[in-house]
Amino acid sequence: MQYFYVFLVGGAFCAIGQVLIDYTKLTPARILTSYVVAGVILGGLGVYQYLVDFAGAGATVPLTGFGNLMAQGVREAVDQYGLIGALMGGFTAGSAGLAAAILFGLLAALVFKPKDKS
Amino acid sequence: MKLTPQEYDAMIQKTVPPTQSGRTIPAAFLVGGLICVLGQGLTDLYLLFLPQQQASTLASVTLVFLSALFTGLGLYPKLAKFAGAGTLVPITGFSNSVTSPALEFKSEGFVLGLGAKLFTLSGPVIAYGVITSVIYGVIYYFTGLGG
Repeated sequence: MQYFYVFLVGGAFCAIGQVLIDYTKLTPARILTSYVVAGVILGGLGVYQYLVDFAGAGATVPLTGFGNLMAQGVREAVDQYGLIGALMGGFTAGSAGLAAAILFGLLAALVFKPKDKS
Repeated sequence: MKLTPQEYDAMIQKTVPPTQSGRTIPAAFLVGGLICVLGQGLTDLYLLFLPQQQASTLASVTLVFLSALFTGLGLYPKLAKFAGAGTLVPITGFSNSVTSPALEFKSEGFVLGLGAKLFTLSGPVIAYGVITSVIYGVIYYFTGLGG
C-alpha cells in the first residue's frame, strides 16, 4: 500500500509539471527552479514533512523534496551554529545530491559521445 | 503585410499543433510515479543495512547515477520525449540537466566547455534554491518558523 501512495504522490508532482508545460510558457529550467524553491518554502513552513511521512520517495524524489531537504538542513545548521548557519545548511543538506550529479555527469560526459538529436 | 501582435498570435494558434494533454499528462504521471517507486524500492533495500537518512540519500545518489548513465547512453532523452515532466520533475531530471550539457559541450574544452556548461541548466536551480534556503534560515533564526 505504501508503494501505491509513493506512485500517486510522485506521479501527481509530475502531472502538475506537465500541466505547467502544456498550458503555460514556462520553460523546463524555470519549472525545475520553481519546484526547488517551492520545496524550500513548503519545507520551511513545516508542511512538506507531512507529505514525506505519507508518501516517502513519492515526496523526496521530486525536486520539491530536494528543496525540503535544504530547508531541513538550514534549520539544523541554525540550531547548531546560530545565524551563520543560515548560510551553511542549504548546501550541507544538498551536498550528496549535488556532488553525485556533478561527478556522474562529468564521468558520463567523458565516457560517452554526444548522440544526434533525432 | 502588417500585423498587430494579437493577429499574429491568432495566426500562430492556427498553425501550432494543439497540445495533446490527454496523452502527455497521464504519461508524465505514469513515468514520474514509477521513478518515485524505484526510489522507494532502493530506499527500502538500503534500509536493510543503513539508517534512514543514509538509505534515503544513497537512493537519491543511485537515481542520479542511473540518470547520468542513461543520459550518456542516449536513452533518457528518448524516455523524456514520451514522459515530458515525468522525467523532468524527479531528481533524475536534475541529473539529466547536468549530464546533458556536459556531454554536448565537452568538445569546447574541459574548463569552459564541460566545467562551465555543466551548470547551464542546474545553475539557476542551485542558485535560487540556496538563496531561498538562506532567507528561510534567517527567518527561522528570528521566528522559529517551521521548527
